[in-house]
Amino acid sequence: MLPKCCPPEIKDEELELLLIDIHEKYGYDFSDYTRASLKRRINRLMVLDRLPSFAELRFQLSSNATYLRHFIEQITVNVTEMFRDPDFFRHLRHDILPILGTYPFIRIWIAGCSTGEEAYSIAILLKETNLFDKAIIYATDINPGVLEQAKKGIFTQNQMKVFSENYGLSGGSHAFSMYYSAQYGKAIFKEYLRDKIVFSNHNLVSDRSFNQFQLILCRNVLIYFQSKLQERVLNIFDESLEDLGYLALGSKETLRFFHLAQRYQQTHIHHKVWRKYGS
Amino acid sequence: MDLKVVIFGGSAGSLDVLFQVLPFIQKDQGIAYILILHRKDTHKAEHLVQLLATKCTIPVKEAEDKEAINQDHIYLAPAGYHLLIEQDRTFSLDVSEKINYSRPSIDVSFSTAAETFKENLIAILLSGGNADGCFGLSKVKQLGGRTAIQAPKTALVPFMPESALKAGVVEVQYTPEEISRLLQNISSYLSQK
Repeated sequence: MLPKCCPPEIKDEELELLLIDIHEKYGYDFSDYTRASLKRRINRLMVLDRLPSFAELRFQLSSNATYLRHFIEQITVNVTEMFRDPDFFRHLRHDILPILGTYPFIRIWIAGCSTGEEAYSIAILLKETNLFDKAIIYATDINPGVLEQAKKGIFTQNQMKVFSENYGLSGGSHAFSMYYSAQYGKAIFKEYLRDKIVFSNHNLVSDRSFNQFQLILCRNVLIYFQSKLQERVLNIFDESLEDLGYLALGSKETLRFFHLAQRYQQTHIHHKVWRKYGS
Repeated sequence: MDLKVVIFGGSAGSLDVLFQVLPFIQKDQGIAYILILHRKDTHKAEHLVQLLATKCTIPVKEAEDKEAINQDHIYLAPAGYHLLIEQDRTFSLDVSEKINYSRPSIDVSFSTAAETFKENLIAILLSGGNADGCFGLSKVKQLGGRTAIQAPKTALVPFMPESALKAGVVEVQYTPEEISRLLQNISSYLSQK
């Protein structure tokens, strides 16, 4: 059914104004994010927060710094699952991690980690492939709110049910429940898993490379960026990836159209994983 | 000349209709076609594209992120993602929350297509079992595009077109045969208005 009255909708030129405001006042630059998605997120936010107009939203953002944090939480997409695309995790488990296992030390970067589902999935994979002790996971996001949540490692039992199914489909053969403790409808991942992951703030738009990695995962993040920003981000990954390291993207993302693709080789036609072969 | 677009939305019972009508699309009409279908998130996507391609005279492909929308192509929304149409006539993908229990959501694609193509858009809502597409059609109508549904009595699952009808956002209803004829004569249809 149609809504009874029309919800507020931000106009193109208003969106541009808002992005300039946010950049000038807070230093967050969303100007190279894709517009249709941003617009939808902002319209959704105005409905959720019962803001009657663009003017009201703009006023909130300019006068209330705590609202900015909420704004960022709401306009970035934080829908994710553990072992999402189980086939991808099967590929990691059987084809990628055994090769990384021959290296003395494995540094992994999960860029755009949101509430941490993928980071915990990787931690479990490391455990099961006996690489846990020589690996470290850095998980970063632009959004401080989701990082706090991710650090806690707490998920609902309903989520865990889905995660557990995905885990099985991805080739996991243990009882998934051995990785967490459950109480009152919630589940918390074991401390050794939480300790394996360094969660921190990193903005792909403005921050630079911060370490050298053997595996970088950035799945379903690039789709929210315009091509120019996609290229910038891929260059950051390229700088951060050691030769013979791996870069994993989302199931509908590709390196194909980018200049740096010539130095990378896709590991398998069905998987969005590329290996860096240097120049 | 402005690109003209026909966008279809459908859920349960819509695939057969598409297999029936899409083969009537003629070459070199200068129109792009976009299909938003609710389906299971599986590997069958490639098969569906291949199957459609064997029946159609113009290229059929899955829409890709940041891909430019070209005339005389049929684009299928990938399963598991919302398909958005940008002002620069490219596609973008989004894995945010499901809308109307669906991803891709017809509402999302219809309304972003409406904002980009305005009066150069025809949106057709087919058979289906939920109310997705209703809001999208209202946006198409509001921005000057044309709105149509598959006549509910010809739909395997009439709930979706009926919901749009009840909401008062439908200009015309077609039987599958009429959709075929429309596609076959799309240029003359579009030049009428």
